[in-house]
Amino acid sequence: MMAQLKRFTIDPITRIEGHLRIEVDLDPNNVVKDAYSSSGMFRGIELIMQDRDFHDVGLFAQRICGVCTYTHYRVGTEAVEAALGVQIPTDARIVRNLLHASLFLHDHVVHFYQLHGMDWFDVVAALSADPEKAAAVALKYSPTPYNAGAGTFRAVQERVSALVASGELGPFANGYWGNPSYKLTPEQDLIMLSHYLDALAVQRTLAQAMAVFGGKNPHPQSLVVGGVTSIMDIVDPSRVAEFLGKMQSGAQFIQNAYLPDIRMIADAYIQEAKSGEGYGVPDFMSYGAFPLDNIPWPKGAMLFPSGVFNRNTQMVTDLNADQIKEDVTRAWYQGPNEGVYPGEESTIPDYTGYEADGALNRSGKYSWIKAPRYQGLPMETGPLARLLIGRARKDPLIEKAMTDFERSVPRGFSPDEWYSTVGRTAARAVEADIIASQVGAWVDELAANVGQGQTQTYTAPSNTSGEGFRLLDAPRGALGHWIRIENGRVTHYQAVVPSTWNASPRDHKGQMGPYEASLINTRLAVANQPLEVLRTVHSFDPCIGCAVHIVDSKGAEVARFQVDV
Amino acid sequence: MDSSINWDDLPKVSGRPLEGITEHTAQDVQQAVREVDERLNAIDPDGTVSRNFIDRFIAMGLTRRDFIKWSSMMTAALMLPPIFESRVARAAAVSTKLPVVWINLQDCDGNTESLLRTSDPGFASLILDTISLDYNETVMAAAGYQAMDRLNEVIAKHKGQYVAIFEGSLPLGNNGTFYTTGANAETGISLTKRVVAGAKMVMAAGTCAAFGGIPAAQPNPTGAKGIGDGLNIPVVNISGCPANAINLVGTILEVVMFNDNPALDRYGRPLWAYAHRIHDNCERRGHFDAGEYVLNWGDTAAQNEWCLFKMGCKGPYTYNNCPQVRWNQQVSWPIRAGHGCIGCAEPNFWDTMSPFEQPLGAKVYGSALGIGIDASANTVGEVVVGAAVAGIAIHATATWIRDKQSPGWKNPQSKDIPPKPPLNQ
Repeated sequence: MMAQLKRFTIDPITRIEGHLRIEVDLDPNNVVKDAYSSSGMFRGIELIMQDRDFHDVGLFAQRICGVCTYTHYRVGTEAVEAALGVQIPTDARIVRNLLHASLFLHDHVVHFYQLHGMDWFDVVAALSADPEKAAAVALKYSPTPYNAGAGTFRAVQERVSALVASGELGPFANGYWGNPSYKLTPEQDLIMLSHYLDALAVQRTLAQAMAVFGGKNPHPQSLVVGGVTSIMDIVDPSRVAEFLGKMQSGAQFIQNAYLPDIRMIADAYIQEAKSGEGYGVPDFMSYGAFPLDNIPWPKGAMLFPSGVFNRNTQMVTDLNADQIKEDVTRAWYQGPNEGVYPGEESTIPDYTGYEADGALNRSGKYSWIKAPRYQGLPMETGPLARLLIGRARKDPLIEKAMTDFERSVPRGFSPDEWYSTVGRTAARAVEADIIASQVGAWVDELAANVGQGQTQTYTAPSNTSGEGFRLLDAPRGALGHWIRIENGRVTHYQAVVPSTWNASPRDHKGQMGPYEASLINTRLAVANQPLEVLRTVHSFDPCIGCAVHIVDSKGAEVARFQVDV
Repeated sequence: MDSSINWDDLPKVSGRPLEGITEHTAQDVQQAVREVDERLNAIDPDGTVSRNFIDRFIAMGLTRRDFIKWSSMMTAALMLPPIFESRVARAAAVSTKLPVVWINLQDCDGNTESLLRTSDPGFASLILDTISLDYNETVMAAAGYQAMDRLNEVIAKHKGQYVAIFEGSLPLGNNGTFYTTGANAETGISLTKRVVAGAKMVMAAGTCAAFGGIPAAQPNPTGAKGIGDGLNIPVVNISGCPANAINLVGTILEVVMFNDNPALDRYGRPLWAYAHRIHDNCERRGHFDAGEYVLNWGDTAAQNEWCLFKMGCKGPYTYNNCPQVRWNQQVSWPIRAGHGCIGCAEPNFWDTMSPFEQPLGAKVYGSALGIGIDASANTVGEVVVGAAVAGIAIHATATWIRDKQSPGWKNPQSKDIPPKPPLNQ
């Protein structure tokens, strides 16, 4: 006997990059029984990439996203290098990693506090906390808590209270304050609120770190095909020290605020972790991140190893790029149902719109996001995938970081609990800490090279035609750019990005994407307040501007649209 | 705090002085100061708001000195005479009165991220003390219909009083269906029209919202345009990819101080930020004049920070204040990082300024055509005197062309002041 299901549409999903809609069907107990993920914004960057000079690819690709800024710049540039057979100098590789490290730390801090934080802590409840008690609570999760004195907490309370009293809540207006799914005590809420404000200052410092070697942030501008341009900053010890100092301030925040706060959340939300709330698909994939030598992918050593991992078998296998296909059965594009390899893809927009009442067309196409599949299966990708794969590969650094975290949660955290919204969010913090711990050594390596007179930062490309791809993990997960270049011009370009994997719609077999799968059986404590849905969707750190793509259709005309306003 | 100020009841300030750009006398400056003070007094009669603001600022662990430092930096960036420093500080304090609605269209969030990088006051101060950021999807707590309700509430309640800031281009193709939002799948066109209708001022943050940016680059698959162009309305364009946070925050303060749109150039960009070319104030300008160029990435010339013109730098054709205000609290800017400017503040730069690593050569460019720059740089080569002379000739030509250009769409409210030739001529 099927109970009547009620459709609930959440559009816009806020506190993400880009434009995302989630539609869920709720049973009479407000439990999610069905879920659909869709994006309603399309730009067509790959089409715009056609016929461009290959030197410019990175700068165009970078504009896919201003949050992942740098990631597409690097991977786009390295796809060109792969296609043209360019081997960049060691110093250029190190600097690219340093820039990437600044992005990862920045991204993870902003994600946890600014984008995800308000799914875990209640801003209004924080105002009734006892600042003295909060200072004591902070000591429970870290011996050296970040900016956690009673005086600081009192000042934060006063500041936010003034806002509430004025009736002008600004960004905090219409939040889900008071929802019973918030599990922190008012004192814990206050610690989070205080660190939310601290994180705004810290992220600015981490962005400055990127600017040292990158020229600016967002959208740095110091990578070129063959290397990097910021040679003056690389050979100047004071600039290198400036970068390191800024990264160390970030590392300090990660150790004394971010990780302890995640411990606190794992502690308070332990039931949600134990019940596996927000667990989605059993397969996890990573292309690896931070290459540590000059051996081409996938043979070279990386800080985070690549692979595909299955939860049920606990087996990790090597990745084969040929097995990646993008299925468009349920996406607003034309193409063969079972999908096509990104190096070959050829699709054109096929917009079929919504139902008359604005609902998604569930029997047909319903999103601008395609459905990438590996060996026909949906994959979760991101920090959790990187940690699980690292652990399965017996990487000592990753194993130790995960074990340390498990032991540091007061109520305990078992290896099984990573498979949850809480675990996905914890993985991001643990990863940030691992990356922060490596930056000093990379800077030393760079300084030693420069000290020995090794200051080559650029290798000129000798070819003007070729095809290839670059697979490398971004903060949000597995990122691939495929490219073909003929006589210096781009003739094929395709990006398959982390949020395309995670936010994908169903495929021709009807398999849900990871967001969709992770929402099934989530219960809303308050009807019409999608707090728990947001919490799980946000735990993936959606980046939807990245996720929406189209490829060139060889020889196909791009429709010229009638414009009338 | 009461945010129900009716801006229409407040005086506007006429004749805002622009240091180094407009002709003005000491009397003009005094007159403007008097009018600004009158305005600020009308918003904050007994100075309580300002005092509370600075107290809160200090409570956050910053000093009065930090605040003064920031005001003087901002005053200089706004090209105002130093007498305005205390007014800029006060404008920052009272701008709590300004409701802001921020709409993301075909965007990448780069401009929201850029705004997050603002400093002294930082983003926390900005949203808690300085503006009322009533709608911004990237940072707001509410989602779904609670978010949409919020938007509708704000634009109804503050009708005619809020500043609408857009990020991302507006797709006009296929009846606007390349951008849909909300449970009823409203198109970007419909949403933008609704929000613009009640706005006191419309700002475009970044080149996509200003001129169409990357979605509008060839072949423009979605029929994307900038907001002003797409809806044929006056917009203050804070271009750049992304816009510099200083230019975003500065423009907001300008509105608070003068209750008027800033003086704009032909593309709707505030003159205080976009009056000069990158090339005019570039730290490597001396090397251009001396004919000293980087010829390969990472060569000795690059290590010595020579001019990047031959590596495709578009500084001579690009109007923005990067060399003066730089990026990320003056840490760097692209040219300091050894890469040429890509012209990201200019209309259609993806098509007109690319290939980015090649000099423009004979390419015709719409705003300030650097006629003769390429030729002189190549033929003058290393002859120092010749290069200096060529530099002057180039300035003269470009400035002359800029003055002679027929304007595109023009903001009817702007005081379109033709820029004077830069002082170094």
